[in-house]
Amino acid sequence: MDLTHASMVEIAQAVRSKKVSAKEVANHYKHRIEKLDKQLNSFITVNDQAETEAAKIDEKIARGEDPGPLAGVPFGVKDMFCTRGLKTTAASRILGGFVPPYDATVVARLKQAGIVVMGKLNLDEFAMGSSNETSAFGAVKNPWNLDCVPGGSSGGSAAAQAARLVAGTVGTDTGGSIRQPASFCGIVGVKPTYGRVSRYGIVAYASSLDQAGPMVSTVQDAALTLELISGRDERDSTTAEKKVPAFSKDLSTNVKGMKIGVLKEYMAGGLHPDVEKTVQKAMENLKSMGAELVEVSAPLTEHAVPIYYLIATSEASSNLARYDGVRFGHRADFGNLSAVELDQFYSRSRGEGFGDEVKRRIMLGTYCLSSGYYDAYYSKACQVRRLIRDQFDDVFKKCDVVLSPVSTHPAFKTGERISDPLAMYLNDIYTVSTNLAGLPGMSVPFGLSKERLPIGVQLTAGHYEEQKMLNVAAALEAVSPVKGEKPHVI
Amino acid sequence: MIDPKTIAHIAKLARLEVSAEEASRYSGDLSKALGYFEQISKVDTQGVEPLVTPSEMQPFWREDEAKREFTAEEMTANAPEKMGNLFKVPPVV
Amino acid sequence: MSFRGYEAVIGIEVHVQLKTASKMFCADATEFEAGDNENTSPVSVGMPGTLPVVNKKAIEFSIKTGLALGCEIRKKSVFARKNYFYPDLPKGYQISQFDLPLCENGKISFKVDGVEKTISITRAHMEEDAGKSNHSGEYTLINLNRAGMPLLEIVSGPDMRTPAEAAEYGRTIRQIVRYLDVCDGNLEEGSMRCDCNVSVMKEGSTKFGTKVEIKNINSFRFVEKAVEFEIDRQIDLVERGEKILQETRLWDPDKNKTFSMRTKEDAQDYRYFPDPDLLPVTVTDAMIAKFRSELPELPLARAKRFVSAHGLPEYDALVLTSEKELADFYEATTKVCNNHKASSNWIMTELLRELNQANKEISQSPITPEMLGRLIGFIDEGKISGKIAKAVFAEMWVSGKDPDTVIKEKNLVQISDAGAVEKIIDEVLAANAQQVADYRGGRTKLFGFFVGAVMKASKGQANPDVVNKVLLEKLKG
Repeated sequence: MDLTHASMVEIAQAVRSKKVSAKEVANHYKHRIEKLDKQLNSFITVNDQAETEAAKIDEKIARGEDPGPLAGVPFGVKDMFCTRGLKTTAASRILGGFVPPYDATVVARLKQAGIVVMGKLNLDEFAMGSSNETSAFGAVKNPWNLDCVPGGSSGGSAAAQAARLVAGTVGTDTGGSIRQPASFCGIVGVKPTYGRVSRYGIVAYASSLDQAGPMVSTVQDAALTLELISGRDERDSTTAEKKVPAFSKDLSTNVKGMKIGVLKEYMAGGLHPDVEKTVQKAMENLKSMGAELVEVSAPLTEHAVPIYYLIATSEASSNLARYDGVRFGHRADFGNLSAVELDQFYSRSRGEGFGDEVKRRIMLGTYCLSSGYYDAYYSKACQVRRLIRDQFDDVFKKCDVVLSPVSTHPAFKTGERISDPLAMYLNDIYTVSTNLAGLPGMSVPFGLSKERLPIGVQLTAGHYEEQKMLNVAAALEAVSPVKGEKPHVI
Repeated sequence: MIDPKTIAHIAKLARLEVSAEEASRYSGDLSKALGYFEQISKVDTQGVEPLVTPSEMQPFWREDEAKREFTAEEMTANAPEKMGNLFKVPPVV
Repeated sequence: MSFRGYEAVIGIEVHVQLKTASKMFCADATEFEAGDNENTSPVSVGMPGTLPVVNKKAIEFSIKTGLALGCEIRKKSVFARKNYFYPDLPKGYQISQFDLPLCENGKISFKVDGVEKTISITRAHMEEDAGKSNHSGEYTLINLNRAGMPLLEIVSGPDMRTPAEAAEYGRTIRQIVRYLDVCDGNLEEGSMRCDCNVSVMKEGSTKFGTKVEIKNINSFRFVEKAVEFEIDRQIDLVERGEKILQETRLWDPDKNKTFSMRTKEDAQDYRYFPDPDLLPVTVTDAMIAKFRSELPELPLARAKRFVSAHGLPEYDALVLTSEKELADFYEATTKVCNNHKASSNWIMTELLRELNQANKEISQSPITPEMLGRLIGFIDEGKISGKIAKAVFAEMWVSGKDPDTVIKEKNLVQISDAGAVEKIIDEVLAANAQQVADYRGGRTKLFGFFVGAVMKASKGQANPDVVNKVLLEKLKG
């Protein structure tokens, strides 16, 4: 069995039927990480207990117990998820050596399903970035071209998955942080409906926008993972009391009669020709498979980036107040506490602990919420947010799934855009509306640029309509012109 | 628009020590970003209720049951400084 | 009321700690006695990724309190984040209702010096408590057991004009929340905290003066004293032409004065915004109706009923309704004996005296309403005399036995049988032949002597009415 390229489902089946032991699988991937991650820097922490934990799954199987549908599948976890007993950093100095005494609900559910946590994956600090260059643990490289960024913020997840250092990963998406790196690295990334997946134990960036989801190699793996992590969590009162569909069992490539919306504003100008070609090709394919293309419109798109940044930074400025050096995390070295003034105690610890982009966003958010500016910025942004959501509700009256680019460009060069924050923010133009409206969205690989950089197409569905989106993705995956293409690192 | 004095005020509110170099850079970055974000003032939002979270649904509430799932040692294990099971900070009075 | 030509304006904020088993947003226990940081969890310590989930009971208690305070209950209230840094505030923000509180526009009435006074309640909103800081000169230690405790902050209008009204307002709030059983009302343990806003203005003026906040006063007696001191202090300042600083002061009960804690010149910018981790609290009409139907009769209404329906004096009614358990005890007692005034008298004199001496709550009384009611019944039936009843009561208090048992064991049943009484009288008259002769010779004042001797001979058990009647007959000769 080709362990390196096997899907999650194939690995789990092999482990469950004792064709291969979970420990052997863990060992195989451990070696891959050791051999390849020096080039990628996709891991922040490697779990040195992985093989021991895998052996426990083998024991379970030996005792005749059900080891779960993902038995022995080696997983990478974005370092935004708290993992019991395993250091969690959010790629920031501020968390110091924080070791959570609890698992994020997503991690707990995946462990319950039998995964083996291989380690914690790199990201932009606090998921604030679109290139994985803001990490306190160094930038991540794109396995397709080491001079390029893997995208962000879940860049480590995308890179590790594309290079097959793990068989599956989970990421988080606040404004495109799953979909954009998935597109840049040629993997499948799903951002579920807001409220579908618990946020408990995920380091908060922007509470009303954050959602966790799978970043994996196939649509089938994505459907299965999503199914396992979804559903109400008594620790997160923003999760919905909705029945979780059997996404993987119901997965179908039949798109006949489906209405595929093409957003006028997303196809207008500024698109890299290879990106445009990829989306066009996906349209043609869907049409030839019997889907109907309809043009739809979301005129407020031009305001989506400002709205997103105003809301996300406002929430972040409050969410990140808990990093104060009192109960956990980094504390500046003061020597003698008795001579320290409280304001200085906070300011220095936080000033040292947070990186440049995080500080910039905290400042921006603090400003937006401060006396005299709240109405013009935060409150106004929330009003426009409602209009954006309403606009998408209308869009999904006219179509089942929207097809669009994920990003204007394929992966760009490391260092190319980091010096211009606003230009970097504008990269998120096609992904942020999905989060603002709370919709499910995903990226599925469908092209390669002339420079052999992956290009994904984005699918967006109505609230809680993940199945429709996954089905369209499965249909595209089946006819994908880039099937079997692999990054050169492998 | 966001002058260094404003930056100093925000930095104090946010408890962030910023150097003079950072302050001048943030002043430029924030002015540029907010200058661009100003465009939203053009959107007519008269009478629109702000949307705080996209999941506008019936909330669920917890039953009032006490549980003890963690020890005080576990809760203070990550503390930079502590005394017994109490968190230790500079004198605040 | 005039204070040296000035009028005082007082508003009060009361923080009521709701008597739930677990905290406002997580399952940590709430008991007062706990080891350092023992009642904490990742949520209350504010660890990364943790989220608040509302305690259903806290909502119920808050709504019930709001209804009891005559408030309108908002159908959709919102938890906001109040952002500020302090070591005992784990998340860097406090979750508190801000512009859309659960309860608004209520009022309560109470009596001050016999006059009924009505005070408006501006709002009552839910919030979480912060932790506790223990200061030493060298460092501060933080205990988060209290962090996240559910609080209801009740804010009055600036309607009070005297220190006595302020204290009585506080007592009334305490009485109401104890009636509702939503708070134990213990100011010393901090389960109820009282902040007073005080200002003064020239009599006849309508423009309030600069207000000063007095924080954390731990008894209502001190509320009265602190407000009184503050009114004087402010009038002195105004008279001297000095400016009153908008500040927060604390009450020093040893020195009988307030002192400055911090000035509010450097106003905080709390950057309130709706907490995106918590959806709005939505309340239905059905919920409100259910909670309203579960409300107990409130103290003042109950006192009024005791006066009008039971014919009790107003003073009795107010004392009996001061605590719900006491009023319940009274009603249960009078239900057994159907004698309102006697029930009231026995409780107010005998029972409360014993309770006070033993430092016991009414709930700990060894005498139950059933027992007391039967005792009163026995007096009314003539089975025992009032005097004997006191002895029986004393024995009931000590032993916890019911009155039937005590009377039987001590053989205290009243002797009302004329024949039996006659027998005792005959013996007494035979033993006091000289006095009998004197009586018959005209010294009728000796009648009392004979009654006393007969009662003594019967060990107090002879029915006095029967004794009087038979004795008169016998002495006629």
